[in-house]
Amino acid sequence: MCLAVPAKIVEIKDKVAIVDFGGIKREARLDLLPNVKVGDYVIVHTGFAIEKLDEKQALESLKAWEEIMQVLGE
Amino acid sequence: MLDLKVFENRELAQKVLQAIRREAGRIEREVRLMHVCGTHEDTVTRSGIRSLLPENVKIVSGPGCPVCITPVEDIVKMQEIMRKAREEGEDIILTTFGDMYKIPTPKGSFSDLKSEGYDVRIVYSIYDTYRMAKENPDRLVVHFSPGFETTTAPAAGMLETAVDENLENFKIYSVHRLTPPAVEALVKQGTNFDGLIAPGHVSTIIGVKGWEYITREYGVPQVIAGFEPVDFLMGILLLLRMIRKGEAKIENEYTRAVRYEGNVKAQELIGKFFEVKDAKWRALGVIPESGLELRDEWKELDIQNLYPVDVPKLPDLEKGCLCGAVLRGMALPTDCKLFGKECTPRHPVGPCMVSYEGTCSIFYKYGALF
Ligand code: SF4
Repeated sequence: MCLAVPAKIVEIKDKVAIVDFGGIKREARLDLLPNVKVGDYVIVHTGFAIEKLDEKQALESLKAWEEIMQVLGE
Repeated sequence: MLDLKVFENRELAQKVLQAIRREAGRIEREVRLMHVCGTHEDTVTRSGIRSLLPENVKIVSGPGCPVCITPVEDIVKMQEIMRKAREEGEDIILTTFGDMYKIPTPKGSFSDLKSEGYDVRIVYSIYDTYRMAKENPDRLVVHFSPGFETTTAPAAGMLETAVDENLENFKIYSVHRLTPPAVEALVKQGTNFDGLIAPGHVSTIIGVKGWEYITREYGVPQVIAGFEPVDFLMGILLLLRMIRKGEAKIENEYTRAVRYEGNVKAQELIGKFFEVKDAKWRALGVIPESGLELRDEWKELDIQNLYPVDVPKLPDLEKGCLCGAVLRGMALPTDCKLFGKECTPRHPVGPCMVSYEGTCSIFYKYGALF
C-alpha cells in the first residue's frame, strides 16, 4: 500500500493527470501537487502525485556521494 | 530523460559497501540501525543487504506497516457498522486496500465479511472510492482508510473534492497514524538502536522538518533515505559516519524527492480535515498524539458518526505470534516458531504476514535468500 513510484506526466486535465510508469499509463490526481506541468516526473502513491522528482538534485546527490566516498577512502 | 537507473547501479553499490566496511571497522562495537518502512524492508530483504553488511552492523525493522498496526477493534467496528447499516436498510459499499482486506482479527477479516454477502471492494486509491460514490448516488460508499502520512495526504485531498462537490454519500473511517510519534515511543520504551533510516515517502509529505525533533530531543542520528539499494546503503554509510564521529544530526539522502519543508499543500489539507489524537497501535499499545481523527467540523464525513457502534476490547494477536516484538524491532520473523509453518501468506496467523509491507511476509517472499 505504501509503495510509491516515479512516473512522467503526459497530460493534465484539471485535477487529474495521465502519468506514464515506463510504458503503463494511468491516472494520477494532482490535489497535493497543483503546480506541475506536462513532462515533469512525480512520485505517485495510491493514485496521487505526492511530490515532484528533482533531476538536478538527483544528479547532485550522486556527485556528493562520490565525494563522501572519496573522503572516507582516504 | 530522467535516468534514475543509476541508483540501482551495482558498481556504485559495491563502492558504497566498501566504504561501509571501512566505517564499520572503525566502530568497535555492534551498531543497530532501524528503519520504519515496509518499502525499506523490501529493499533490504530483496537485495540481501543484511548478508552483505559487516558483522557489527545490524538492520532492524520497526513499525513500518500501517495495516499491521491497525487496531483489531477498528476493523471489527467497521464490520459491525456494515451489519448495523444493513439492519437499518442501508447496504454500504465498503472499500479498502488489498492488504487491509485480508488482515485477520478474532472476528474475521474484511474478506470474511465479503463472503458473508456484504459489499466489500478492494481499491488501489481512495480516488476509486470517490468514483464509486459518484456512480452510485443512492448508496453509501465508505473507505476504511489506513496509512501513514503518505496515504493520509491523498485521503485529505479526496475529502476536499468531495466537500467541494457536496458528495454526500462519500464517507471514511480513519485509522491514519503518524510515524514520528511511533519512533519516539520506541525510544522511550527502550528499543535500542543507534540510528534511524527515516522513511523517504513519509518524508516527502512531512519534510526533513517533521523528523528534526527526534534528533534534537533524543539524540538519534537520522538519515532520510530513498528506496533503491544504493539509497539505503548510502543511508547506512551516512549513519555510520555520524555514529563514529559521535554526532547526532539529520541528513537527507533522498534530496531528489524530499524538501526541508515537505509538501506544504499536503500538510495544509491534512491539518484542515484531521486532528491529532492519542491512538492505539495493534500490538504496541496506545501511543500519545499518533493518530488522526476527522475534526469535529467534518464529523459528517465520518461513518462512525452515522452508525455509532461499540465493540469490546479484543486480543491483538494469536498465541505465539511475535508480531509485537517484530514491530518494535526486537525480533526478526525467523525468531517466531510459527513462521513459515502454521503462519504463511496463504494462512496468516498475524498481521505482519499479510501485507506486502509486513516484515514476516517480506521475509517469507524472499525466503530463498536466507
Ligand atoms: S510469522 Fe506469523 S505468527 Fe509469527 S510473528 Fe509473524 S505474523 Fe506473527
